[in-house]
Amino acid sequence: MIRVELPHHLRVLAQLSGEVTVEVAEPVTLRRVLDALEARYPVLRGTIRDHDSKKRRPFLRFFACQEDLSHDSPDDPLPEAVATGKEPLLVIGAIAGGAGRDWPSRRTRLRRQEPVAGN
Amino acid sequence: MSKVRVLVGTKKGAFILTADGKREHWDVSGPFFAGWEIYHMKGSPVNPDRIYVSQTSSWSGQVIQRSDDGGKTWAAPGGGVQKSPQGWPMGESNRFVYDTSAETGKPLTTHQFYDGTQHPWEFKRVWHLEPSLTNAEEVYAGVEDAAIFHSKDGAHSWQELPGLRGHGTGPKWQPGAGGMCLHTIVLDPKDPNRIYIAISAAGAFRTDDGGKTWKPINKGLRSQFIPDQDAEVGHCVHHIAMNPRRPGVLFMQKHWDVMRSDDAGDSWREVSGNLPTDFGFAIDVHAHEPETIFVAPIKSDSEHYPLDGKLQVWRSKTGGNEWEAMTEGLPQQNCYVNVLRDAMSVDSLDTCGVYFGTTGGQVYVSPDAGDHWKPIVRDLPAVLSVEVQTLP
Repeated sequence: MIRVELPHHLRVLAQLSGEVTVEVAEPVTLRRVLDALEARYPVLRGTIRDHDSKKRRPFLRFFACQEDLSHDSPDDPLPEAVATGKEPLLVIGAIAGGAGRDWPSRRTRLRRQEPVAGN
Repeated sequence: MSKVRVLVGTKKGAFILTADGKREHWDVSGPFFAGWEIYHMKGSPVNPDRIYVSQTSSWSGQVIQRSDDGGKTWAAPGGGVQKSPQGWPMGESNRFVYDTSAETGKPLTTHQFYDGTQHPWEFKRVWHLEPSLTNAEEVYAGVEDAAIFHSKDGAHSWQELPGLRGHGTGPKWQPGAGGMCLHTIVLDPKDPNRIYIAISAAGAFRTDDGGKTWKPINKGLRSQFIPDQDAEVGHCVHHIAMNPRRPGVLFMQKHWDVMRSDDAGDSWREVSGNLPTDFGFAIDVHAHEPETIFVAPIKSDSEHYPLDGKLQVWRSKTGGNEWEAMTEGLPQQNCYVNVLRDAMSVDSLDTCGVYFGTTGGQVYVSPDAGDHWKPIVRDLPAVLSVEVQTLP
């Protein structure tokens, strides 16, 4: 079960709340995850990558496990933590113009979980 | 009593403003599609509760939305109205693919880029939606990079009318400041095979065979920014308006110059007359008086705001050349907003109402054909488009 986190506008478009999960056969690659996502939510076709060329839309990025996977081959295996469902694949809107309220609030959430450094 | 429904597309969502025929008290609903750019929304003349919307984003691309209940609920055609057995949205309405097939299409050419080099054709967004005059399921879309698409199934699927892009002059078309967009589609109510379109910056084109073939209709236009100022194509036409009762007569706001054609675009003459500046974007025609036209003059192509900080609509009752400023109720100092090309519209009530939106987020109404103005709303996001529906 692969976990995918979509940006706010795409969640609204697909009528989703929160994270989405898709089933993907091994090896788990970005292309396979997006194929599964679009098969399950056809309204997302064309919004993350081009309909025909399958090229990533320039203002969207793919992050996982604190790494930027945007420029990796879509056929490269995703990190094991993503493939096993431990970590989500993050589809992120480029910061130009704002990524949406969910992103800063998520960061705030993460910061709160961090141990407080002594001073 | 009749009422009006004003469809407002903004940089950050859509809004619907409604009032009765007096046009004094307004209800405002929205934002719909919050956070997305709404380039255009327009209702079907056949079924006014059928409204088409162009929802677009640099991040997530193009989506078409549709309402069948006058804007109360929305769905991407095929993507929310009908759900899969699991309840997920089905279908897609955002696929605009240039027709390059050998059977029906035309090869993709390049067009001129800002720096004069050639640039490949790429779909970016839908600028304008024009519902059919006779069938609520049928709608045209003007897109960037410039082309016209047609849907016969309520905007679920789109097919290009490739004869326009394949006219052969594509390499001479170039983008205006907003991109190389097809922004104006005017349907002839007397001749279903005749359609006018305009492209920035290529000019105006007309088809007389339902979109199979097109010809440029730019004779009489002069543009300083192209080497041959009278060229067949390359002109930056900003908008074209027509009174549906007199389809052969067209009015045009060009980059600079207000123009008029009395022969369906075959030739144009300038009617800027005494306008204080003839640069602008928006133009429209009175619903009942085909010689009464409205423009919103803008200072220049490098300063996109009203002259001297005074927001003015200018009206001609003589089909051009003689113009009067209509300013009562509009800000006459410190106003530096723009009125974009699709952001002016008229209703067809007995006393024709005129509406326009600004990049400052105001939507103004004049219930008496320009004599008096008042704001309906003052603080929306920048307004990209305004369309008015006159309802029974």
